Amino acid sequence: MPAGCPPHSTTASLPQHGDRGFPFAAAAAAGQAPPRPRPAAAMQFMLLFSRQGKLRLQKWYVPLSDKEKKKITRELVQTVLARKPKMCSFLEWRDLKIVYKRYASLYFCCAIEDQDNELITLEIIHRYVELLDKYFGSVCELDIIFNFEKAYFILDEFLLGGEVQETSKKNVLKAIEQADLLQEPRHEYFNVPVY
Amino acid sequence: MVVPSLKLQDLIEEIRGAKTQAQEREVIQKECAHIRASFRDGDPVHRHRQLAKLLYVHMLGYPAHFGQMECLKLIASSRFTDKRVGYLGAMLLLDERHDAHLLITNSIKNDLSQGIQPVQGLALCTLSTMGSAEMCRDLAPEVEKLLLQPSPYVRKKAILTAVHMIRKVPELSSVFLPPCAQLLHERHHGILLGTITLITELCERSPAALRHFRKVVPQLVHILRTLVTMGYSTEHSISGVSDPFLQVQILRLLRILGRNHEESSETMNDLLAQVATNTDTSRNAGNAVLFETVLTIMDIRSAAGLRVLAVNILGRFLLNSDRNIRYVALTSLLRLVQSDHSAVQRHRPTVVECLRETDASLSRRALELSLALVNSSNVRAMMQELQAFLESCPPDLRADCASGILLAAERFAPTKRWHIDTILHVLTTAGTHVRDDAVANLTQLIGGAQELHAYSVRRLYNALAEDISQQPLVQVAAWCIGEYGDLLLAGNCEEIEPLQVDEEEVLALLEKVLQSHMSLPATRGYALTALMKLSTRLCGDNNRIRQVVSIYGSCLDVELQQRAVEYDTLFRKYDHMRAAILEKMPLVERDGPQADEEAKESKEAAQLSEAAPVPTEPQASQLLDLLDLLDGASGDVQHPPHLDPSPGGALVHLLDLPCVPPPPAPIPDLKVFEREGVQLNLSFIRPPENPALLLITITATNFSEGDVTHFICQAAVPKAPLRLKLRLTYDHFHQSVQEIFEVNNLPVESWQ
Repeated sequence: MPAGCPPHSTTASLPQHGDRGFPFAAAAAAGQAPPRPRPAAAMQFMLLFSRQGKLRLQKWYVPLSDKEKKKITRELVQTVLARKPKMCSFLEWRDLKIVYKRYASLYFCCAIEDQDNELITLEIIHRYVELLDKYFGSVCELDIIFNFEKAYFILDEFLLGGEVQETSKKNVLKAIEQADLLQEPRHEYFNVPVY
Repeated sequence: MVVPSLKLQDLIEEIRGAKTQAQEREVIQKECAHIRASFRDGDPVHRHRQLAKLLYVHMLGYPAHFGQMECLKLIASSRFTDKRVGYLGAMLLLDERHDAHLLITNSIKNDLSQGIQPVQGLALCTLSTMGSAEMCRDLAPEVEKLLLQPSPYVRKKAILTAVHMIRKVPELSSVFLPPCAQLLHERHHGILLGTITLITELCERSPAALRHFRKVVPQLVHILRTLVTMGYSTEHSISGVSDPFLQVQILRLLRILGRNHEESSETMNDLLAQVATNTDTSRNAGNAVLFETVLTIMDIRSAAGLRVLAVNILGRFLLNSDRNIRYVALTSLLRLVQSDHSAVQRHRPTVVECLRETDASLSRRALELSLALVNSSNVRAMMQELQAFLESCPPDLRADCASGILLAAERFAPTKRWHIDTILHVLTTAGTHVRDDAVANLTQLIGGAQELHAYSVRRLYNALAEDISQQPLVQVAAWCIGEYGDLLLAGNCEEIEPLQVDEEEVLALLEKVLQSHMSLPATRGYALTALMKLSTRLCGDNNRIRQVVSIYGSCLDVELQQRAVEYDTLFRKYDHMRAAILEKMPLVERDGPQADEEAKESKEAAQLSEAAPVPTEPQASQLLDLLDLLDGASGDVQHPPHLDPSPGGALVHLLDLPCVPPPPAPIPDLKVFEREGVQLNLSFIRPPENPALLLITITATNFSEGDVTHFICQAAVPKAPLRLKLRLTYDHFHQSVQEIFEVNNLPVESWQ
């Protein structure tokens, strides 16, 4: 480009594939040496948080230190909470795509890679909410708070290693049910084990 | 006495009951102390409960590392409840950075080979979430075995665990590639989905695998076709679309296999067309599949008609009421605008509509796409839209929009007048956001359009009269008024309404700019110089101008002060030369983006005239004399430059020597004069970015004990052949020295 060209160009912001700098950026931000190149995962992480920014679930599919995770969580929560209601569900953050959706008082937030399909990620989020809803019966934030470990168990029957493992709602719920039955001891009233 | 430990939900209640952060901390610290004690005591019965509580406070941000070993113990336990919490703890608290993580390898191995299905599930899940490379290598054989297990519950998890293992240890591809062919025949959606994900991962990592799996393209096409044509299934359909997750994954794999491969692309062509036309688009699920289809069509070697279909689908997406869909459409179209320009052009009106989006991330993309779609036939209409956008767009888009408009205007301007109008409009609307060279570009443009001088100066005068805060606009306007003030006052431009401006108004306006606290130092420089130029353009008695100039002679700003002092001197001592010095600048030829270079050169060249250690005085007429001395001096005598910040000044011509690109060797310095300790040296540089240019620096040094005063050095250079005529006058050892000489022995490298 000749000198004196404006910063904007007609081919601006063509997304760069294969630029997997995410943990490097996080690590550098946390003041450490960048980790060794990490393999891709379709979904990098999923966070659930309230409108006050309190974390309700964090599922990480990439290896990061606690410090890095906290930093990312803090920044991303801030960014998402700052979005106005009428804005779209997608935003670009560092070199990741963020897909988020609010259900009642909870934000469901996923980080996906550049080549991933944002629209199907919305479906993934929605399917997870449906599963929670079916399991808890009209799920609300309190259910997730008081039964956080259940939320994890359900997620782990739907996604594995950041990928969708089961597309049948019925099969996921059946698996959870069977696992619950194996737990000792059982609390009759809820039919879910209580620790 | 043993105090029974809190149940998890009771602890959560207590924490939530805390009114302050400090109170919460207290509750948690107390409980963590109990938990630690419990761990130390090794209580197996409540261990799972203690860890669950610890995991809860960990999520709130409190340290939980002392629970790591407990995870190991729980995983090793035979109770399912223990394993469930233990594995969860391992996924939350352990990762490959901790050496402890390796310790669960053995437990996982046992659970994988001997556990009941739910236990195998837990182990596979943990392995695929936090398994390090070492763990993956160790456990690959176990996972491989599970791929062939009858239970789909375990198999689907084993397949995705294999995906993770390959990501961590690419060499394991050889282990997990062979089973794929058979797995692809499964009918269980979970297994099929996992298998396709696995094949995708293998193909992305190895060109050999990619070639190998091309042969399954027909099978994939068949699977997808079955999915698309089969009826509604309660189990897998979402909004009338059969298993969109599986469809999307298949389409992704087809994309990878069809890329750059004619034959595979052809095999999938019809199916892609079918999916593209038959998918229900009323809900997001269908649009997700459609979107993936479009991405695949555009990435493989698809038929031209199919590509157009894909772009049209994106065009339709732009009209969708769901802004998420509009977002992906804009992003995709931006990726395609270079390769499929004419197809995208067809949707230009819709794209332009998207400029009005309230969501900034959409309007940003619409802006980029709009700018990419500007061409010579639509430039007028597009610029209108973009300028309207500029007026109302969010502040963080202003700079990009302004620079985009200016760039497009430069490339596609139908007429010079339109171009000037466009730049003017941008400067008035978003003056603070334009790039630094906008001023230079506009003055160049105006200077070069002689027929538009009158028009330009009037428009700029009007704009300036309304608003003196936008610095780039003020600078250009001041420059213009200075140059073409006479045209402004003549009042007879047909293109705008007749404007009667009198001299006092013009001077008042420039003074206002000069005095305004909003004006940058550079702007004030422009204004002062403009006032000075007007002294020759206007008919009045110049008293007002002289007054201003003399006041600014004591201005605190050094640059401004210097200017004012010199102008003042021009009035007082060299009034007879004033007209010549302040004449209109000659039209400069411009090579487009060289404008920056020329601005730089003229600044560097301006240093040449100040090589003497004593502040220079205007040297106009003597220079003219010198040029007369040179034989062959052309009739096109260049007027010496005024100290004017405008780029493209006449000085450029003095050094515009005809040269071809030089050899890279530096040109040696040349001593051209020596007398009683006063020495003159020439050094030569060719700037690498502009090898046709030769910069000559004259350095005068006094080695003697006596002072040199009133030193004046003047240089004249004819266009060809290269020689230098120098004239020196100075006082040294109480004598007046005057020397005129020619330098003929310039180094060979300097002139070829």
